[in-house]
Amino acid sequence: MSDFETVAATENQAARRGVSGEPGTPGRAGRPERARSLAGDAWRDLRRNPVFWISLLLVVLVAAMAVVPGLFAANDPRDCVLSRQHAGPSGGAIFGYDFQGCDTFARAVYGARASLLVGALSALITGVIALVVGMLAGYFGGWVDAVLSRVIDIVLGIPLLLAAIVLLKRVSTSGDTVRLFAVIFVLALLGWTTAARVVRSSVITAREQDYVAAARMLGAGNGRIMWRHILPNALAPAIVVLTIALGSFIAAEATLSFLGIGLKAPTISWGIDIDAGRVHMRESATPLIVPSAFLALTVLAFIMLGDAIRDAFDPKLR
Amino acid sequence: MLRFILRRLLQMVLAFFGTTLIVYALMFAGQGDPIQALAGERPVTPAQRAYLTEKYHLDATGVGGFFYRYFNYLGGLVQGDLGQSLTGRQISDILAAAWPVTLKLAVIAMAVTVIFGVTAGVIAAIRRSGVFDHATLVLTLLVLGIPTIVLAPLAQYFFGVRWPIFPPTAGAQPSFYALLLPGIVLGSLSLATALRLTRTSVTENLRADYVRTARSKGLRRRRIVGVHVLRNSLIPVITFLGVELGNLMGGAIITEGVFNVPGVGFNLFRGIRTEDGPLVVGIVSVLVVVYLLSNLVVDVLYAVLDPRIRYE
Amino acid sequence: MTQSSARPTPASPTPPGGHLLEVRDLHVEFRTREGVARVINGVTYHLDAGETLAVLGESGSGKSVTAQAIMGILDTPPAYVRGGQILYQGRDLLTRPEEERRQIRGTEIAMIFQDALSALNPVFPVGWQIGESLRERAGMSRADARRRTTELMDLVRIPAAAKRLGDYPHQFSGGMRQRVMIAMALALDPKVLIADEPTTALDVTVQAQIMDLLADLRRDLGTALILITHDLGVVAGVADRIAVMYAGRIVEHADVRALYRAPAHPYTKGLLESIPRLDVRGQELSSIRGLPPNLMAIPSGCPFHPRCPYVQQVCVDEVPHDLVLGDGRTSACHFAQEVHDDSAG
Repeated sequence: MSDFETVAATENQAARRGVSGEPGTPGRAGRPERARSLAGDAWRDLRRNPVFWISLLLVVLVAAMAVVPGLFAANDPRDCVLSRQHAGPSGGAIFGYDFQGCDTFARAVYGARASLLVGALSALITGVIALVVGMLAGYFGGWVDAVLSRVIDIVLGIPLLLAAIVLLKRVSTSGDTVRLFAVIFVLALLGWTTAARVVRSSVITAREQDYVAAARMLGAGNGRIMWRHILPNALAPAIVVLTIALGSFIAAEATLSFLGIGLKAPTISWGIDIDAGRVHMRESATPLIVPSAFLALTVLAFIMLGDAIRDAFDPKLR
Repeated sequence: MLRFILRRLLQMVLAFFGTTLIVYALMFAGQGDPIQALAGERPVTPAQRAYLTEKYHLDATGVGGFFYRYFNYLGGLVQGDLGQSLTGRQISDILAAAWPVTLKLAVIAMAVTVIFGVTAGVIAAIRRSGVFDHATLVLTLLVLGIPTIVLAPLAQYFFGVRWPIFPPTAGAQPSFYALLLPGIVLGSLSLATALRLTRTSVTENLRADYVRTARSKGLRRRRIVGVHVLRNSLIPVITFLGVELGNLMGGAIITEGVFNVPGVGFNLFRGIRTEDGPLVVGIVSVLVVVYLLSNLVVDVLYAVLDPRIRYE
Repeated sequence: MTQSSARPTPASPTPPGGHLLEVRDLHVEFRTREGVARVINGVTYHLDAGETLAVLGESGSGKSVTAQAIMGILDTPPAYVRGGQILYQGRDLLTRPEEERRQIRGTEIAMIFQDALSALNPVFPVGWQIGESLRERAGMSRADARRRTTELMDLVRIPAAAKRLGDYPHQFSGGMRQRVMIAMALALDPKVLIADEPTTALDVTVQAQIMDLLADLRRDLGTALILITHDLGVVAGVADRIAVMYAGRIVEHADVRALYRAPAHPYTKGLLESIPRLDVRGQELSSIRGLPPNLMAIPSGCPFHPRCPYVQQVCVDEVPHDLVLGDGRTSACHFAQEVHDDSAG
């Protein structure tokens, strides 16, 4: 369970338990008004950050594989012939064939679809839950906040992998589509808390702003204020957290599939292929290394992308 | 202090009931045939069916029946009676054999984390923005971004098969040396997190006002960093490590599975693979309790370390 | 207190004609991402054994930075000393190696800070923190350090001192915490004590108690005191001389009474007029218009000119020099005499 949670947890722990100390530099008193906007500043920083461009390129590449895998791999990943077992590279199969005699590279390319589908949909659902819960808790405060914060604490206290094992056990005999959505559902159900906390705190900040008070005095209702004035403020930090979460969800899906409780064949998933490659690593390591590299690079790309955007938006971390 | 512990203990008891209820409900509520669900796709023999019906009181029905069964399960859990796995072995026996191995593995992982992670974190913070700092940041990002299902098999392949420095699998009675590679793999993740946390914490504390006071007392830099800053910075790190020890025991599923370390995670791994429902439910229940307990220990530890909490 | 009676009245180790501590033409700048802020621009002041100098100014005027430069505890980066001298007993501290400066901190010059809660380490008992100097610097045994710590806590009038050695900073009230800070600073018997806004974070009644304590300690121990504050009211009863700072410079420097009677700089005059006085009936309170200067773009000429009621063209064009008005008092104003006469009249 440590796998998917630690990335976000590091920052959380630090924020929750660390002692924040402002350096008392007297020079701050005389700092000029900053005319540049935060977003503009962030974009200027991002543009010069090679990590941002590399990770963005990787993300685009993986997305393209997910949409049109045929463009990248010449062979059919399900066209497996046992006589080609662990055969070397030939034709379009640049990394040779695996234990089942399937094109290793083609399988890795086609595996992007399930991973990205799970990652993106989980992140999307997570985002919706986090925005609703975070907005309600942050905007209304009081007992609404107290109740929702308690719920967040409880869900955060559930070990993700163990809970997923128990939940997914129930659909172990169901069909492919049901399993796919069960995985998405489980990840979203357990993974929304970090994002909700981030949304909540940015909503609390936005709520105190003068323009929100002004809008209220002009007679705007709660719904309108939340939609027009508060939501835009909470969106940027939420997107950063969700980008990183997307990477973690992809890793989680692969882990569950690796264990045999996530996706199952004939669905092509990196997790399944890594498990298969692992078993036969003594005969040939390529079927293990190729999907491993695909998975690791994809997860890294999303985490680095989120990291880079956050760093750009949070000048304190510079 | 005592009141604090009592309050936390009460919270833990509530969390215990809540979590076990959820686990139990998810396993059994609204299922067509709960026995088939436990067994997965495997055929169930009449003997097994009779045993499971009796073990989980599946003949009692309705909401009342559900709670009757739940408290029965809970009673068993508290007494250490987890029933039999589908292979007919007592689950408590399986766990009794597995715990020492997992504990050993977790201790190795923790030692790796503390020795390398915390030390490197302190150095990175002191030499902030230096070469070492940037290098560790990139390395930890890599470790955090690479899932265990990639790291464990690749480590096994490269350091066990390709260049056989370590034994690739641990075997039934693993030696310390055989546990070293899985321990490092298991610890790498907490190592990266601990490093980053230490770095952040030390950096923040180096800027704190009390550091200026310590300097104005004419203390040596080594003492300021080594005593004043470190004592403050390690509070969040140690609490993190406490939570992590609980996580490591549960998180060892993949690592133990890949390296064939006969610990708790390995048995859970095998239980999932062989669709042994009672074994999975039993181990997960125990792991949840361990997880809750480690959280409690951490909270108490936190109070011991930070006087501001202690006298709240 | 045992110490205080044994201590001789400072038989000045200072070279003849010199001062105990002297800051000469100090320049400090902060280099930040946004640019360079010139925080200290030629500060000059001095302190003699046993006397009290008040350094007065708004936040951002550079009074604390000067003190930190004297102590050698500026955070570098962002702060860099760009020029000047800090003479302690005739030797220039700025040219001394760090190890020698460290030896001076605490034993020769000690400092107490504004917010005692954050200035004290939250995770160590106060007795341990006071005793640390004694153990680490004076090489005392634990038992001796403990005894001396209790004496020091008695000295700063912390009730039941012996029982409170093991308490943590957050268990003390604000005033008691500041007393702990003072006890800590006095541990090694410094000749100079720098108090940086020691009462700002406290209630008014507690403020008075702390100021009384500082005055008593100075009298009993003969320690020279630099009192940094933005509050003119705090200064009156305690200080011998006042140096008023603005935009990193000393703009007026005078004996306390002389300055109160007739300020010779428009900024000081503004400050005095903005506090209520008991001896003037029907007085109209005024405040200084405008904002403190931006240290990254200090106004030309006299840095106070955008806010000054006496402003003339010359103030925009020329930096005013220190004008000596007799009795060693100075004012950095082109119209010092006029201002002085105005205030006196």
